[in-house]
Amino acid sequence: MSTIPPLLETRNLTMRFGGVVANDDVNFTLDEMELRCLIGPNGAGKSTFFKMLTGQLTPSEGTIRFREHPIAGHASHEIARLGIGIKTQIPNVFNGLSVRENIWLAAQRTATRQATRKIVEEVLERIQLTDLAHAIVGQLSHGQRQWVEIGTVLAAEPELILLDEPAAGMTDEETVRTAEIIREINKTRALIVVEHDMEFIKMIARTVTVFHQGRILIEESVEAVLADSRVRDVYLGKKVAA
Amino acid sequence: MSDTAKLSVQIAAVLVACIAVALMPGYVDLFQLMQFTLFASMAVLALSLGFIWGFGGILCFGQTAFFGLGAYAYAVAAINFGDSTPAILMAIIVPSLFALALGYFVFYGRISDVYLGVITLTVTLILFNVFNSTAGDEYTIGVARLGGFNGMPAVPTFNMPFDPSGILFPEHSWYVTGGVLIAVYVGLRLLLRSRFGRVAVAVRENETRAALLGYDPRVVKLWVFVLGGAIAGLAGALYVNWGAFVGPTIFALSLSAEIIIWICIGGLGTLIGPVVGCFLIQYLVSQIGSQQSFNSNLILGAILVVFVVLLPKGLVPTLRNLILSGWHLVGDARRKGAEAKRNDLAAGQPVGAE
Repeated sequence: MSTIPPLLETRNLTMRFGGVVANDDVNFTLDEMELRCLIGPNGAGKSTFFKMLTGQLTPSEGTIRFREHPIAGHASHEIARLGIGIKTQIPNVFNGLSVRENIWLAAQRTATRQATRKIVEEVLERIQLTDLAHAIVGQLSHGQRQWVEIGTVLAAEPELILLDEPAAGMTDEETVRTAEIIREINKTRALIVVEHDMEFIKMIARTVTVFHQGRILIEESVEAVLADSRVRDVYLGKKVAA
Repeated sequence: MSDTAKLSVQIAAVLVACIAVALMPGYVDLFQLMQFTLFASMAVLALSLGFIWGFGGILCFGQTAFFGLGAYAYAVAAINFGDSTPAILMAIIVPSLFALALGYFVFYGRISDVYLGVITLTVTLILFNVFNSTAGDEYTIGVARLGGFNGMPAVPTFNMPFDPSGILFPEHSWYVTGGVLIAVYVGLRLLLRSRFGRVAVAVRENETRAALLGYDPRVVKLWVFVLGGAIAGLAGALYVNWGAFVGPTIFALSLSAEIIIWICIGGLGTLIGPVVGCFLIQYLVSQIGSQQSFNSNLILGAILVVFVVLLPKGLVPTLRNLILSGWHLVGDARRKGAEAKRNDLAAGQPVGAE
């Protein structure tokens, strides 16, 4: 098993903004087909970590390897072409265009004309927006725009999918469906999911990585993490107390 | 309105425009026809900025840089070759290459919108000063003297392709200019329906998302910019053909600003808007100019203020929304609200999204 190289590997990854250290010496490994959850309080460096993985930020130090391919500091579109797709924290969609056009743009870059048509229909079905396919994305609700963004990520058919707070702003019912979709995607793809909703984490997680003050605090099974006293202190403790 | 209905309206509009261009010389006198020829060449320039600004999201304050370079390139080539055919090609190629070089540094240097405006504005000023100081025999390209602030008079106008003796009459020039305007419009319309056009609009909508999906926004914007430069250069050739003259004032800032006003009034994010705005404002300015009782710039400024305050979307999108909502009202009444939900969605068509 150890002969298979990891899908994603970061070594000593550090990001500084002036005096602020957003990520400090992060060593993170993700295997093929793995589903990993990232948790941690606000400002723990989760989104910064995602931005470095997708080329939106160039790390101050350290390396990122995607299937042994160094990608740290590469342009976003180059990394996307290697097969990393991301749903960002604040919905990043084409607001002035229709739902269908959003999905089409994601699918058509690599797929043939016929395949694109098929992917668009499938994705619309999957995110349950077929009836709203002609609606303008900017006029949809926050939850629906989240779905559109997840749809664009799926339509591009990446090898690794990063989801930054996919369940934010969704109803309970939608959250359950998101969890289902994530498990379904995980049958063929690797995922990293950042989420605050512990119920949601319990629904999908196997291994959980906890970020705290830019560093990895602990990386264990979901049960072990939930039982860990340090995690309670930095993150869950607040929730339990509240 | 369905896609096919929209398409048929567009095709009908293009056919009407073709017929109007063909019949115009029979209905107006020569002076007016010359005026319309000028307006049409300026409308090509307006289209070039309307395209890169409205669909590429690139606000270029110095579109006249490419317009002027096209005009000078045409003039120099026409004087040297004695034939307008290769000269027209030069009027497209030279500004395109200039746009390619300028755009490369701007877009690959990740210079943001505001600075892009400043840079293009400055480039226009530089070109004005450069061409303004080319008086004297040493500033000669082939047999063409650039002429400094006096410009280049008596530039050969268009002739039949590869036949310098077959010089075009003003009527023919009108056909050529009006025809080019329609051709550029149709070409851009087709481009916007193509993969590249749709990706360009996506980059305008959200550069980050486009990059995260694997599109290189720099390349897309660069090609949009170059195409805009090429069209502006072609407009420059049409302009010289109209007046047989080119001088450094072609790089003047007032014209750069005027194009932006045409687009604001006609409607940003549409292709027909810049053309409508250009014809309307130029006609108005020429009427005011002939009366001498008002300062045309004062009127132009007042019109702009009125539009920014009352019709911020411009004429074409406002009219289109009115017509579309009327269309839906009729449809609603017919169905007696049975399918009201579906109509709400259809009414949400964006401005200039097709």
